[in-house]
Amino acid sequence: MVDKIIIENLSLQYSDGTESLRNISLNIREKAVTVLFGPAGGGKSTLLRCLNRLNDLTEVSNSSGDILIDGQNILDSKTDVIALRRKVGMVFARPVVLPMSIRENLTYGLELAGEKRRVKLDEAVERSLKLAAIWEEVRDRLDDPAIALSGGQQQRICLARVLALQPEIILLDEPTSGLDPISTGKVEAALVELKKEYTIVLVPHSVQQAGRTADYAAFFLQGELVEYDEGKTIFTAPKEQRTEDYVTGRFG
Amino acid sequence: MEKSLNWREFIITRIIIASGYSAILFVALIFFFLVRESVPIFGEVEFKSLVNIRWYPIEDYFGILPLITGSLIVTIGATLIAVPFGIGTAVYISEIAPRWMREILKPLVELLGGLPSVVLGFLGILVLSPFLRVFLDLPTGLTAFTGSLLLGGIAVPTVVSVAEDALDAVPRAYREGAWALGATRWQTIWRVTLPAAKSGVLTAVMLGVGRAIGETMTVMMVTGNAPVLALKLGSLFSPVRTMTATIAAEMGEVANGSTHYHVLFFIGMVLFLISLGVNIAASSVVFRAKKRAERILS
Amino acid sequence: MAVFTVIPIVATVVYILIQGAPAISTEFLSGFPHDGMRAGGILPAIVGTLYLTLGTAIFSVPLGIAAAIYLSEYAADTPLTRMIRIAIINLAGIPSVVYGLFGLGLFVLFLKFGTSILAASLTLSIMTLPVIISTAEESLRSVPQAFRTVSISLGATRWQTIRRIVLKEALPGILTGVILGLERAAGETAPILFTGAAFFLPRLPQTPFDATMALPYHLFVISTQVPEMPIQIQYGTALVLLAFVLTMNLIATVIRSRARARRQW
Repeated sequence: MVDKIIIENLSLQYSDGTESLRNISLNIREKAVTVLFGPAGGGKSTLLRCLNRLNDLTEVSNSSGDILIDGQNILDSKTDVIALRRKVGMVFARPVVLPMSIRENLTYGLELAGEKRRVKLDEAVERSLKLAAIWEEVRDRLDDPAIALSGGQQQRICLARVLALQPEIILLDEPTSGLDPISTGKVEAALVELKKEYTIVLVPHSVQQAGRTADYAAFFLQGELVEYDEGKTIFTAPKEQRTEDYVTGRFG
Repeated sequence: MEKSLNWREFIITRIIIASGYSAILFVALIFFFLVRESVPIFGEVEFKSLVNIRWYPIEDYFGILPLITGSLIVTIGATLIAVPFGIGTAVYISEIAPRWMREILKPLVELLGGLPSVVLGFLGILVLSPFLRVFLDLPTGLTAFTGSLLLGGIAVPTVVSVAEDALDAVPRAYREGAWALGATRWQTIWRVTLPAAKSGVLTAVMLGVGRAIGETMTVMMVTGNAPVLALKLGSLFSPVRTMTATIAAEMGEVANGSTHYHVLFFIGMVLFLISLGVNIAASSVVFRAKKRAERILS
Repeated sequence: MAVFTVIPIVATVVYILIQGAPAISTEFLSGFPHDGMRAGGILPAIVGTLYLTLGTAIFSVPLGIAAAIYLSEYAADTPLTRMIRIAIINLAGIPSVVYGLFGLGLFVLFLKFGTSILAASLTLSIMTLPVIISTAEESLRSVPQAFRTVSISLGATRWQTIRRIVLKEALPGILTGVILGLERAAGETAPILFTGAAFFLPRLPQTPFDATMALPYHLFVISTQVPEMPIQIQYGTALVLLAFVLTMNLIATVIRSRARARRQW
């Protein structure tokens, strides 16, 4: 098993003083689900947004350290950020479908990259919708506005949208926080299938979800990485007292 | 492929940034040209004669006081009309009117704002001023009062739209708090909502005043164009002349580069500075209110 | 109190409609004035206003939209940006006759365009700029931020995001603002008084360097400068101008409500 992402001594602070990361070092395995969990303000979303350089859009006052993906430091100024974002896809907490049809949502990223061939685009649409486990539900209404779908369906469209670009890493930031249990179950099931091919980094919205899905888990508390281990270990026999307190519900 | 995309994006971004700064460029340009054409007066006309009370350019009397009082009296009259009507309408639209009424009123007010001033002046000449002449038993219907009425009408849409935005922005929680304490609708409006929207309403009034001072065609057509010092209450019902009307009326007949020409530009500059002053005052009111709000909420 | 505001508006429009309708005929709309404006049609004024509106659009729309994009999508909250906003508010407040003076000083005299459609259009454009910029900016800002974030995360550049999503969704709002701005420009007299308006021209303007007649100026002239002017023609002219302005208003309102209904957010 190879380390897909290597984070070395990453520290970051936003200009308005919120959410920071303190000297994080973490190795994320490929083709597995790595879960970043912990109470609010721990820095999990911040770390996620570093992995696809989405933090470039926010006011960051201080940052240091390296993030190596496949051996390349993505924080380097020479990095092709556009290509990075295609390689590292992100699904957000609230399903945000673009104001277009389902099909157009899915082909958006490809068209940005310059893909114009109808055949290729249609292939990508079908392939990604199947991977997101929603093909059967929408195959007959691909040209309907995406906003007409239910919340759970929209979120799976967002997942498919990312998959259409054939990324290598998928980041998910509390993807099921607004969804009902059935939709949540469908998304988690999709992740189980997807991890065979993709590296998945997930911020869960509950400790229970973390427990259900994690191959590896990292516990974050106020910007610090407290403990990182295999999922089985962290949720049954954590080494740190703080981890155990959080996992068992003594605080959070 | 990526390379050419970068090139295009770079150029487009530069053009957009330049466009953003263009507003500053234009203000500077306007100021520059006004100054350029009005500065010569300091060589040709003594300051004393500018503050004279006789405006009679043909005989080299360039006293601008009557013009200033003319503008003042018409503007004050217009404000006295526009403020109650404007704020009243804004309160009605924002606080009292049912939804369907609001959908009718707002476009109508917007429509009033779009009416060309020359059309209002036209109606002023043909309809309003004869009516006032008879109704108020005046020697002529072309007076400051006529101008004030029409100007009030012109300024109302400005006041309404800004005030209505301000009232709309008052958080629902304020009103609900008042209701919970047993206040009636009117009490809520008077004592809670309006004071909360104070800065926005003040801005609305200032912008309305700015609109009134700057109006040209309507006043030129209905205020009688007599450059007489307007200081008594009775002046309201006599003909006056505003600064704006003076420029519009006399610029066409003026020789390029003559003293008269320069003085007209000078008046233009005074108007520019007045509107600058009003706008800066309005912005600072909003700015201070925002700071206060931030302090309260944090 | 609100009712008192509304009634005069409606009454005004209706009154002009009634008084002016008899004057309207194809001859009126397509003929030239005769007999010192006392008879004949107002075609040159109508055409002139159309040219001026078009000229204003050409200069103010691209510049205004670009400036709005800058303020909404690129500018940070720095003192310089605040200065731009103050500048825009000031442009909005400058009296129309002062714009006329400015246009005279810069376009007619300094740049030697002479009294022309070009000078008048440029003057009107700068006057219309603040309206277009503020409505366009508001429209752009109303597009949810989440769309931009998603677009960037899929590998779009900033301009791609603007072009494909933000601008597309804000377009109806922008269009409404543009039309309302142009409507105001079409009805203005003072800025064109010394920059492009002509009392009478025997033929239609041929080049942008020609002066032109225009509806608002024409109305002003015939109601104040021409003795023994038939009232009906005056009302007719007022009606045509009003119709022009109101139609634009109507179009803008329709665009706005239709866009609101079809919005996918």
